[in-house]
Amino acid sequence: MNLAVAERFPLPLFRQGFKTGLSIAIGFMPVAFTFGLLAKSSGLSLYETLSMSILVFAGASQYIALTLIAAGVGALELITTTFIVNIRHLLMSASISEKSADDPKWLKALYSFFITDETFSIAATGKDKIQAAYMFGLGSIAYGSWVVFSGVGYLIGAGLPQILQDSMGIALYALFIGLLVPSAKTSKKVILLAAIAAVVNCILTFATAMSTGWTIIISTLVSSILIEMIWKEETDRA
Amino acid sequence: MHESYFWVIIGMAAVTFIPRMLPLVAFKMDAIPPFVRGVLKNVPYAILGALIFPGIITFNENIWMGIIGALTAFIAAYFGASLVIIVLCSIVVLGLVGFVFTHFSLL
Repeated sequence: MNLAVAERFPLPLFRQGFKTGLSIAIGFMPVAFTFGLLAKSSGLSLYETLSMSILVFAGASQYIALTLIAAGVGALELITTTFIVNIRHLLMSASISEKSADDPKWLKALYSFFITDETFSIAATGKDKIQAAYMFGLGSIAYGSWVVFSGVGYLIGAGLPQILQDSMGIALYALFIGLLVPSAKTSKKVILLAAIAAVVNCILTFATAMSTGWTIIISTLVSSILIEMIWKEETDRA
Repeated sequence: MHESYFWVIIGMAAVTFIPRMLPLVAFKMDAIPPFVRGVLKNVPYAILGALIFPGIITFNENIWMGIIGALTAFIAAYFGASLVIIVLCSIVVLGLVGFVFTHFSLL
């Protein structure tokens, strides 16, 4: 039994995920802190604020929820908006599914909770099959940071100094760039995929009233499908 | 506490978790055609492009903060730094830039 557990859940993989997830945890600190602060000024209790971070774990929709709560919208609109903003996770989960190792379904269901833009990006750009142990390590430190700093922001009740807001706001973008560059160095296909999605997303964002959730899904699908149609594998041996 | 908000939060949690869980539990990878598998393989890199732009340009009122931050991250990543180092370098550089801008009233 011990052997079976150790084989199914290798600790080194968990630690590796945890260590890599530190970059997300750092990026989440100022975002979660500010969320907690805004939640307080929106009239939520500490219990409600923590409940949202603990149960939802999706930054963009939590922020939007605060705006909607302050505007006094109803429950149905709140839940519908959350669904729309987070629908891109459906695509991310499908992509992870394509790359996941043969873990039991219940383990996959559990670690799917940790799928965010950030954890997805790290897991999906790795070289190996995605293992449950790695996902739990990656997700748990990101999740811990998100929940703890939501509470800290709420309790402190004062905004971050401007210089910290300005500098720490770059963290998650730096993370995404840090994931993209190593792959782009070795593959023109990666460069094209990212560039096309970026251009389409800019167009949709500035030229339409579409919400971020939809623009990201559409940009990603347009780019992924287009490249899949026109790219010949032989020309990308690197 | 307002009872209604807690149940709204439960609803938000449900509509967030279900899309995350369904593909991982319901997909039978063997049944998916090669073209679709190829598209799914492309998704991580495409979505990184969409997550970076235009957000990085608009995350701060001063467009240069985004540009300088992006350049710092790019350089660190290009030379093989780990993710934590890349994130910390970008924060430190922007902290210094922010301090200089503020100190000399350049903002």
